[in-house]
Amino acid sequence: MEKLWNDFSVGLFFWQTLIFVALVVLLAKYAWKPILTAVKEREAKIKDALEAAENAKLEMAKLKSQNEDMRREALAERDALLKQAKETKDQIVAESKTAAKVEADKIITAAREEIKAEKVAAMLEIKNQVAALSIEIAEKIVKEQLQSDDKQKALVDNLIEDVNLN
Amino acid sequence: MELKKIGLFVGILLAFFTGFASGHEAPAADATKAEKQMYVDGVKKHHLHDDHYFTIMHGVSIPLPVIIFDGGVKFFMSTGFVEDEHGHVIAESGGEYYTISHDNGMIYKCDEHGHIHRDEEGKLEGRVLDFSITKNVVIILLMSVFLFFFFKKMAERYGQSAVPQKSASFFEPIIVFIRDDIAIPNIGKNYEKYMGYLLTVFFFVWFLNLAGLTPFGVSVTNNIAVTASLAILTFLITSFTANKHYWGHIFWMPGVPKPMRVVLAPIELLGIFIKPFSLMIRLFANMTAGHIVIMSIIGLMYTVDKGGFAIAAGPSALLTFVLSLLELLVAALQAYIFTMLSALYFGSANEEPHHH
Repeated sequence: MEKLWNDFSVGLFFWQTLIFVALVVLLAKYAWKPILTAVKEREAKIKDALEAAENAKLEMAKLKSQNEDMRREALAERDALLKQAKETKDQIVAESKTAAKVEADKIITAAREEIKAEKVAAMLEIKNQVAALSIEIAEKIVKEQLQSDDKQKALVDNLIEDVNLN
Repeated sequence: MELKKIGLFVGILLAFFTGFASGHEAPAADATKAEKQMYVDGVKKHHLHDDHYFTIMHGVSIPLPVIIFDGGVKFFMSTGFVEDEHGHVIAESGGEYYTISHDNGMIYKCDEHGHIHRDEEGKLEGRVLDFSITKNVVIILLMSVFLFFFFKKMAERYGQSAVPQKSASFFEPIIVFIRDDIAIPNIGKNYEKYMGYLLTVFFFVWFLNLAGLTPFGVSVTNNIAVTASLAILTFLITSFTANKHYWGHIFWMPGVPKPMRVVLAPIELLGIFIKPFSLMIRLFANMTAGHIVIMSIIGLMYTVDKGGFAIAAGPSALLTFVLSLLELLVAALQAYIFTMLSALYFGSANEEPHHH
């Protein structure tokens, strides 16, 4: 202990303390603070970046599953639409078939009736013509037979006879 | 690059051996064993003690200012110390004579023949308050200037790039280690205000320890005044930032019977002084021991007889090399321990009361 005190230089102690305290203050301000701040900032940045990457990964997975869902939905919708379209088509085809059939039947029926009416009209005309012809023919024949007075007299007699009989 | 490093390393090693003899005339080959031993002891003392000259290499010394308080401030350059014909180093200032003791390298008042007054027990008397800019002060100052500009430059590079550049790629892991493995586990959430001190003390001690391994005799951390200063700063910071819980634990220990509290208080009070004291002694003793061991092994070459030199040189050099490697580890280890224990003490001052 005495040896220690014997070797102890107060001057050196003083200068060492003075220089060292100054060094601590200067280094803390101009070196350690900026370095530690930079290191801390970098660490925070790395941490943030890692977290952001992790979040992005999760987001990606979420988006992927969302996309998958959307795709599946779209597919289902497409199928439904196609099915519906097919149904509509079938329905339309069936409906038009029925409609066409009804129309055709209507036309056919109308045609038949027309034909019938025409036929009746034609028969009537034929009948009239036949009657007119028959009268003409009969007139001609009568005219021929009644050209002489004898024949007229015979006819009258004949007719009177008929009447008497009645 | 690799070759350059090896070259530098070899250069430092060579300089170690040549530097060993700096400032001392090696004893002649026919010198007695006692003379040789005296020479080696002298070198050891010279390397461990402070000096009023800044010796770069043998023959190249820069005189440093001497500032002493002895009934007023006295200022003169160390060239004022002149060796007289009897080998006494004497300086004259304001009609008073001063000399440098061979025992501890301190400045004492003396008579005009360089004799220091001794008391009845033979202890030296008349030591003056010496505030000289000594070799160690110069080294501390140079190292501090270097550390400041080195780390300032490093900090400036952080503004330029997010990725650690150059020196930062080596030192940033160390800084982060001090933060994450020393400060945070020991101190807790209040660690930030201690980071400036912890980082500075770590690099200061480490770099000075490393400088002490160079052959230029710039060992500072093996000086008790330096380690005492660092330890006292740790003690002051602990005491001034301590919370109520810390002082409560010392003077009125919770959770023990009342009579025990009275017994424990002086022990705990003693503890707060023993802690920094152990810090001081640990660093001082470890660095001093390392230097003494290495120098003793090198000195072995000089103390053995003429023929023995050749035999002793090889193993001695090899052993010195291995021990130097060990000292390289010790340099970092002691810096780590000092920082770690400081953080531990700061942590105890910041502990939150937990429910017993």
